[in-house]
Amino acid sequence: MVTAVQNGTETGMRELTYTTAAREALDEEMERNPRIFVVGEGIGERGGNFNTTLGLYEKYGPERLRDTPIVERGFIGMCTGAAMTGTRPVVDFMFLDFALDAFGEMVNQIAKIQYMSSGRLEMPIVLRGCIGIGGSSATHHSGNYYPIFAHLPGFRVVVPTTPRDAKGMLKTALRGSDPVLFLEHKLLLNAKGEVPPVEADELIPFGTAAIRRPGTDATVVAIGAMVDKSVQAAEQLSQEGVEIEVLDLRSIAPMDEETILASVAKTGRLLVVDEDFQPCGMGAEISAVVMEKAFDELDAPVQRLNGVFTPVPYSPVLENAVTLSREQILQAMRDLMAE
Amino acid sequence: MSVVTGGGLDLTTEQALWLLREMLRIRRVEEALARSYAQGLIPGACHTYVGQEAIAVGVCAHLRSDDVVFSTHRGHGHALAKGAPAREVMAELFGKATGVSKGRGGSMHLFVPEVGLMGTTGIVGPNILQATGAGYSFQLMKTDQVSVAFFGDGAVNNGAFHEGVNMAAIWALPVVFVCENNQFATEVPFDYATRNTDVAERARAYGIPGVTVDGNDVLAVSEAAQAAVERARSGGGPSLVEGRTYRTRPHAEGMRDGGYRTVEEIDAWKQRDPIADLEVRLLDRGIATQEQIDAVRQEIEEVVADGLEFAKTSPYPEPDTAALHIYGAS
Repeated sequence: MVTAVQNGTETGMRELTYTTAAREALDEEMERNPRIFVVGEGIGERGGNFNTTLGLYEKYGPERLRDTPIVERGFIGMCTGAAMTGTRPVVDFMFLDFALDAFGEMVNQIAKIQYMSSGRLEMPIVLRGCIGIGGSSATHHSGNYYPIFAHLPGFRVVVPTTPRDAKGMLKTALRGSDPVLFLEHKLLLNAKGEVPPVEADELIPFGTAAIRRPGTDATVVAIGAMVDKSVQAAEQLSQEGVEIEVLDLRSIAPMDEETILASVAKTGRLLVVDEDFQPCGMGAEISAVVMEKAFDELDAPVQRLNGVFTPVPYSPVLENAVTLSREQILQAMRDLMAE
Repeated sequence: MSVVTGGGLDLTTEQALWLLREMLRIRRVEEALARSYAQGLIPGACHTYVGQEAIAVGVCAHLRSDDVVFSTHRGHGHALAKGAPAREVMAELFGKATGVSKGRGGSMHLFVPEVGLMGTTGIVGPNILQATGAGYSFQLMKTDQVSVAFFGDGAVNNGAFHEGVNMAAIWALPVVFVCENNQFATEVPFDYATRNTDVAERARAYGIPGVTVDGNDVLAVSEAAQAAVERARSGGGPSLVEGRTYRTRPHAEGMRDGGYRTVEEIDAWKQRDPIADLEVRLLDRGIATQEQIDAVRQEIEEVVADGLEFAKTSPYPEPDTAALHIYGAS
């Protein structure tokens, strides 16, 4: 598995926002492949609620930037049929909460068509949009849900956290033959970061975690918006002489067990930091994998730190109370070291 | 070659015998499957299409092999009419490695994309959306292919019908929506499930053509389908065709068939057998001779005997293939 510390020392790097980088990926791939089209609400002339398609309508026209009625089940089911017949749809669903109206289409059709057809049909569909807690978005615009999809055979599920990964992983999604859930935490959309030049045509493979901060004393596996907070907490702990290794899981399914196990073999301690719910979640899965395959490497029980098990409330005070702060992560790291 | 002008169709003998052959192929294959089910040779569900053959055949008569069909849980007829080999359909229901889905699917998951059968399905509704999406592909790729969704009366109160037909209408996609109104969703009468039992009339709500035909008259179905397919192929957009029909066997093999309809009603519909009806009309109009019809019947007997033998003697899949093809090659 490829792991990398992305330190921006390469040549020709540009600083882009997450959304701009993802849009650049979409533009490059649409230029390259005339069978790619995008559907969603307001993704045409308007350029997308989150500017995901800004400027692309003018370049590619209404058939490839297709504004839809508000029918999530309908257009996701429609794109399923399109993917079965030679085109490559990108569903820009805005918020994953909305796409749940098409849960049956995703579970029963999209995830199973390749299997049901004995591999004679491909399902190259990309379902992309926002997840995550923030901005007083409240109950119907804040869900994470990725473990639900990681539970299902047939899906690829990614949660990129940097502009470089957003671009490189969207390009990978747009060249594969599997259905991909490409999930963008809303608090990361305007984050800036270095992105390789267009000529680099960088594809970042799925199934690879990224080491965001090397360390020797404990391993933190973080997801989405929790990655940067975990790195910040680790930097703070470094001042006390404790070096935490922070892994950005980024690919939920397939999951990079190898990098996690290698890190745990080095550190002997593991904390999973995930804004999403704890029961049956990624922490449970990672913990079980480590227990099965690296039990003897552990010096302490695996710990999980999750958002509160509740629908997401609106008021900033309540909203802050259900997600995770840098301070909470720092405390969890201290607790792990004290075990 | 004789040509008939009747039911609005000019029909050559060759075309007429194709219609007859395909309806008979479906009927006889399914009768053999029903017997096999009773003998315990089919491990899962078996929903037959007996009585409804005229619709699949009348529509598929106008499709090319690169046109696509999205079918239902009652899909043997669509699969066969679209060109799926009888022996591979039968082997699939037997759960054999040689089945159209290599034993992964059974009756409700028949996939033969090579002939444009894009799946039968165990869930009511999604195939309407998928057919719309295939239409989207064809429009985007600028081909003149046509996509067809078959579905029952049970699907038209589902949101997928509304969403799919509406999207096809607003984007003028090359799709034909074919409702097989057999009057019962499993055992729920259609006039219980809706205030308006005229499915074709719903087309007006979407601004597209809608037509109701006698679904047991293959010539009537064919005529309506021809117009709808030509309209789709030439860029005129989608149409809705409703065929009024009846399944004369239970919802699924092994199920009771009483309580929700009467024996008299079933018998009355059996008298309107689309196959016998076509044979009488072909003879009456001199389109085909009894010898030609007998030859078709004999041919189909052989196809079914061969298919049954193939299904019985084919090997089961290797257990270690159970988790193949979850992901694609890349």
